[in-house]
Amino acid sequence: MSDKSKNSPIWEVFIRSKNGLSHSHVGSIHATDNEMALQNARDVYTRRAEGVSIWVVLSSDIAASDPMNKDEMFEPGSDKIYRHPTFYDIPDEVGHM
Amino acid sequence: MYTQALNDPANKAATVAEGEEEQNVRFMARIDADEKIEPNDWMPDSYRKTLIRQISQHANSEIIGMLPEGNWNTRAPTLRRKATLLAKIQDEGGHGLYLYSAAETLGISREEMEHQLITGKARYSSIFNYPTLSWADIGTIGWLVDGAAIMNQIPLCRCSFGPYARAMVRVCKEESFHQRQGYEILLALCNGSDEQKAMAQESINRWWWPSIMMFGPHDTDSTHSDQSMAWKIKRISNDDLRQKFIDATVPQAHFLGLEIPDPDMKFNQETGHWEFGKIDWDEFKQVLAGNGPCNRERLAARTKAFEDGKWVQEAALAHAKKQAARAANKEAA
Amino acid sequence: MLAANVDETLEIDREALFQLALRLGDTSLILGHRLSEWAGHAPILDEDIALSNLGLDLIGQARSFLTYAGEVEGRGRDEDQLAYMRNAPEYRNLLMVELPRGDFAFTMVRQFLFSAFQLPFYQQMMQSRDKTLAAIAAKAEKEMAYHLRHSSQWVVRLGDGTKESHERTQNALNSLWTYTGEMFETDASLKALIEAGIYCDPASIRETWNKSVDDVLQQATLTRPETGWMQSGALTGRHSEHLSHLLAEMQSVQRAYPGLKW
Repeated sequence: MSDKSKNSPIWEVFIRSKNGLSHSHVGSIHATDNEMALQNARDVYTRRAEGVSIWVVLSSDIAASDPMNKDEMFEPGSDKIYRHPTFYDIPDEVGHM
Repeated sequence: MYTQALNDPANKAATVAEGEEEQNVRFMARIDADEKIEPNDWMPDSYRKTLIRQISQHANSEIIGMLPEGNWNTRAPTLRRKATLLAKIQDEGGHGLYLYSAAETLGISREEMEHQLITGKARYSSIFNYPTLSWADIGTIGWLVDGAAIMNQIPLCRCSFGPYARAMVRVCKEESFHQRQGYEILLALCNGSDEQKAMAQESINRWWWPSIMMFGPHDTDSTHSDQSMAWKIKRISNDDLRQKFIDATVPQAHFLGLEIPDPDMKFNQETGHWEFGKIDWDEFKQVLAGNGPCNRERLAARTKAFEDGKWVQEAALAHAKKQAARAANKEAA
Repeated sequence: MLAANVDETLEIDREALFQLALRLGDTSLILGHRLSEWAGHAPILDEDIALSNLGLDLIGQARSFLTYAGEVEGRGRDEDQLAYMRNAPEYRNLLMVELPRGDFAFTMVRQFLFSAFQLPFYQQMMQSRDKTLAAIAAKAEKEMAYHLRHSSQWVVRLGDGTKESHERTQNALNSLWTYTGEMFETDASLKALIEAGIYCDPASIRETWNKSVDDVLQQATLTRPETGWMQSGALTGRHSEHLSHLLAEMQSVQRAYPGLKW
């Protein structure tokens, strides 16, 4: 049954809900070409005007990090608190920064 | 939207292979800490299988669920009703696709799931094996069937598996209109002529019991709920959800001036709950076993769509292949 | 009502305008109805949703046109009375849209031939001196642009797909061709509306339509049928055998319980 060549490929769908926000992943669809992928994404994921822009990408073209390597990939970031704004003491009088 | 089949006997308790025990302990610790599990994370095989079964059945229910309402698409009595019904059926198709997409992250293809549906290997909510015989049924389905489904689905928004929970958030957001459009149809009927009101009552008479069966067997008979509860796939028990639904629905029926077809229905002042009569589980089992009024027709309709779709799918793939070859030739030239 | 919408210096035949609004509304309604029959039965699930979207756009357009038709007529009929209480001979839709939905190739070729006309048609109707028709056209124009894109791409995929899909698509095109002439038809009252700047002259759309059709057929490796005898009947209400069946189904609830609210 699952002869892959007979199935249309899966595409991941990313939608920008409004200008000023980045595209975010909403799910996937099936399609045999770019245009079909965009239109299916539009019909399935934006029936209530949820987006102003759509990206689709073949799922097989996505390189993903392995969750088993989560520690080496992401732990080093979690102790670098200097990346976060709260690391810096700014006197209250300066106001919001 | 329909998750009645949660308690399928195929769900054997987690049998964890030796050596995986440690991973399983870590997995359960994450579940207990209310962490979400994502597709590439390690998970016990039985957790994966349970989810695939549940999500695909849920998706299948959405797709089959398009049929009984689609039966009235071409007969909706006003253009406004026609448009909202079509939009609602379309939403159900969309929800089916969100769910297939969530299940695909677990390593099963949509084609496989569709195949399991039409060959009878996968189930769908048996409520859709009942016929839609009058326009009032469109109202009743929205109010009772979607109402029951929403009750079932809200806790699933907190399910431990990330893609399922996220799909449910989208589904629940979109579904609130479904129940309202159903209730509005019944309101129009109940404020209308005697014939219209009788049409509404007759419809409730047929749909009430199947709707409350949608929550599945009583907790005492539901041997497979425990594991799903421990995994936080299922978060509220069948009986608790059913009671919640009945408590919410009975006053809504009274507001319409309709009677619930259950002579034992009475309000218990002490508990604050509506007490109801005995559910006919024989009927439930018969419909589940394929003997409902429309089981064969529903599957036949989906099989036909699937078979008729083959040449379309083949054409699209063939065209994509030709286009790719043309592009490659161009580049080579 | 009319005076507010149309340039007052014009002498407008109310009946002609009413008939035009019906022609536009009925055509959208019947095609939307045919598309709605696919819900739950389409060949691919994603396409099930797409077909409903096309249908919903058309039903929306139909509601606007029929509501306006009722206003122009001035006898107090609303969109539903016009949709549900008229018989087939009173319907003014193009014959093409009432044909049974056929297979997916037939549905898509019809959608394509129709949208290739409707898009430039609405673009011109946006300039209509009838402000209501111009406003409906402005909304419909965007919808038809999407319908044309969606259906063109499917015609290309099916035409240039497999042997089977090519044959099905060519057959659909051959059967539908005889119904394409009606889109360009006019009669004395439509001509008067063209003169008055209310209706757009369909002859002016011919070239654009030809070009879209030829472009897509070429990509789809399909052969444009010879233009011969064209079917006709929308302007006089002489329909195919199919419309009265469609209406019998569509109107069944309203007809069984006349005069009620739903």
